[in-house]
Amino acid sequence: MADLSINFAGIKAPNPFWLASAPPTNSGYQVMKAFDQGWGGAVWKTLGVPVVNVSSRYGGMNYRESRMVGFNNIELITDRPLKDNLKEIEEVKKHFPDHAVIASLMVESREEWHQIIRDCENAGADGLELNFGCPHGMCERGMGSAVGQEPEVLKTIVSWVKEVAQTPVIVKLTPNITDVTEPAVAAKEGNGDAISLINTIQSLMGVDLDNFVCYPNVDGASTNGGYCGPAVKPIALNMIKSCAQHPDVNLPISGIGGIENWRDAVEHILLGAGCVQVCTAVMHYGFGIIREMIPGIDRYMDEKGFKTIDEMVGKALPNTKTWENLNLKYKVVADINEDKCIQCQLCYIACEDGAHQAIGLPDEDSRVPYIIEENCVGCNLCAIVCPVEGCITMERKDDGSQSITWKERTAKGDIPTTFNDPLAGGIGHWIPEPIEALKKGKK
Amino acid sequence: MAEFSRPQSEEAFEKNFAQIKPLMNETQAYYESSRCLFCYEAPCVNACPTGIDIPLFIRQINTGNALGAAKTIYDANYFGNACGKVCPTEVLCEGACVYIHQDVKAIEIGRLQSFATTKAIVDHEQLFTPGADNGKKVAVIGAGPAGISCACELRLKGYVVDIYEAKEKPSGLTIYGVAPYKIRNEEVLTEVDYLKRQLGFHINYNHPIDSKEIVEQLEEDYGAIFLGIGLGETNNIELPGEDLENCLGAVEYIEALRMRHHEVGFGNKVVVLGAGNTAMDAASESARMGAEKVVLAYRRSKEQMRAYEFEYDLAKSVGVKGLFNVSPIEIVGDGKVEGVKFIRTKNENGKLTTVPNSEFLEPCDMVIRATGQSKLVEFLSNIQGLELDNLDRIKVNYKNYQTTNAQYFAGGDAVNGGVEVVNAVAEGKIAALGIDKFLMSNE
Repeated sequence: MADLSINFAGIKAPNPFWLASAPPTNSGYQVMKAFDQGWGGAVWKTLGVPVVNVSSRYGGMNYRESRMVGFNNIELITDRPLKDNLKEIEEVKKHFPDHAVIASLMVESREEWHQIIRDCENAGADGLELNFGCPHGMCERGMGSAVGQEPEVLKTIVSWVKEVAQTPVIVKLTPNITDVTEPAVAAKEGNGDAISLINTIQSLMGVDLDNFVCYPNVDGASTNGGYCGPAVKPIALNMIKSCAQHPDVNLPISGIGGIENWRDAVEHILLGAGCVQVCTAVMHYGFGIIREMIPGIDRYMDEKGFKTIDEMVGKALPNTKTWENLNLKYKVVADINEDKCIQCQLCYIACEDGAHQAIGLPDEDSRVPYIIEENCVGCNLCAIVCPVEGCITMERKDDGSQSITWKERTAKGDIPTTFNDPLAGGIGHWIPEPIEALKKGKK
Repeated sequence: MAEFSRPQSEEAFEKNFAQIKPLMNETQAYYESSRCLFCYEAPCVNACPTGIDIPLFIRQINTGNALGAAKTIYDANYFGNACGKVCPTEVLCEGACVYIHQDVKAIEIGRLQSFATTKAIVDHEQLFTPGADNGKKVAVIGAGPAGISCACELRLKGYVVDIYEAKEKPSGLTIYGVAPYKIRNEEVLTEVDYLKRQLGFHINYNHPIDSKEIVEQLEEDYGAIFLGIGLGETNNIELPGEDLENCLGAVEYIEALRMRHHEVGFGNKVVVLGAGNTAMDAASESARMGAEKVVLAYRRSKEQMRAYEFEYDLAKSVGVKGLFNVSPIEIVGDGKVEGVKFIRTKNENGKLTTVPNSEFLEPCDMVIRATGQSKLVEFLSNIQGLELDNLDRIKVNYKNYQTTNAQYFAGGDAVNGGVEVVNAVAEGKIAALGIDKFLMSNE
């Protein structure tokens, strides 16, 4: 059995699975229940001057029979008095001294920051997370993502915090920004101890077609909320990678965004997260999902020979490069396994209408499509749309002996530079005449 | 003890004859429609005699547009609701579903079809408007699926259509001949009503066309005549004892059952002669009527049965026993049926022969002959120049279903010898297009 315990920027926890600051960490009751079921840490629902919330707060995005592929909320920070929260933090720590309790904070003035930090640390918090990410409601009042979008302001506040903080300070970043590494660098410059990302993405969940009101509907009106859930994972992974690879950030990262099972968690870790935070999946299925996550990551680590979480952190980073450093000589071509094919012809129409016209249909007797190898650019689309696992595979065609990147070709002056440059990559690639389109049926 | 107790009330009958393809609820329809792959040139469409755009209507259900789905269905098939229930989908659309190649359950196309069309019927959705009166009249003989389909299509084109029906209810075998666990009487009638309300064809019930004089009058009154007359009574098998009480024809027995439900006569020990789909229905129905023993006797081997495999499975599932390679030689009884005397048969070099001295008596109190229906040869002899093929089926040109008498068109069982409701619907529609072309070019 691998050692799942972590020391994240000085915060110790029995495992890397933490609850993100959100409704599941609204109370000591919930956090205690989560710890009892196996969660390693919890970032408390953001503390500050208590708010007043609206009724009708969440929206879900379903994809076919899958519910809550995406999720958003317009809930604000805690609406409970600070003293109640502090009392409960103290009680949780008394029962679970080895678990990580992190106080998420959002206040305005330097004095308020100082006061709330002292209070939380006195209550036994193991660390602090500064909420510079919330993209709804609070940002209208100059807090949350309004801070995360202004690196200079962010840096100033982090430095205020560090004036008094005795415990590690995690700066939570907003993805609602062009370059997430800018606030990440600012967090570092302000002497923050770690960053966490991503907070939710500003969103509208959809519009009610009958009354023209977006979801969630608050008495005939709605507002933009924060988007999260499984659908945001790719965005989170990219931002985590960007921060992990940035030479001036160099801070431990707590990965957040679309984590629902051990696989999602491992992906975050492989791209540089030292621990992960989960919210939507718990809001969907309850704390019990931890039962799947811990044995899942444990078995994976045993299989791969990882003894600690730290050994895994960032393992995929060296293989994540800028486009200009990818090998232009690498060549794959799709291959259809006729025995596995169920003859839906989705690969055919996807390639025909959506890509490179590199799949053909046979005559009457068969419905199994075939690859027109000379047209196949190896884009993967057919393999992605194919409903049968392992039916369409991408087979390597180059012998692996050659490598040249865009960067190298640029250095050699071997790149197209004019509109009709003979070096254009698509030259010689077969494209049907436009008029041929009208000879096909309307299907 | 029989599998089913004898139904003494309408409720008990409904229970014994519970629908095998019950109406889906919204959630079921949503989940099931979510599974459809939206195949290119979908095999299910090619397998449907009416060519319904199945992937499209399923996608419409999935996007909350069930009425649009109903329109897609009805545009191709006027018996969209009934066909969803009574079609042998296992060997048509669902049998062609690509999921089967993956050993995954086929999409329940039939039930989805009924779901969408039921919604349209219940909502009184107006899908069709009759065409502007073109001053021409067409007579349709027989208000079965072929005739009604033909009438609907002609009404769209502005013809006045009068249907002449010998019985008191419309839809032919859909109401008189289909097993009650496939569709309920009121469902059949409601759909015909729904079509009639929108398209306004006239049905003259209890109005047999049974003399040369009436035929000649029709020829004078109408530009064209469509023959959707179906088939006649169950063929006699020319066996001693055939006229005993409780020796019934399958078609007649099923009709009585459909009309009178639990009030129909029943047997405790039933022998069904034949192994086609009607035999399976008659056997299943006898079992559901509470018979202690139902034997399905066939003179050839199990492998040679004409019935669909799923129909035999359905019969077996209610306790019907197959008795193969037995040929009836006499129906025994004193006034009433008391048994069937059989002789065993065997296949000798591809020829069926009897086994000497192998006679035995199968005691029973009811015999149902499912030995095919007769052709209405006598009636057809009233029509001048109307040719029949060597099986006494009406000869037609399959492009437009015109008969050898140019004024007459025909479709359904009388032409195809007795297939499915869906085939009759398809043929009736093609014939309508043929009639339109015929009458318009006669101007």
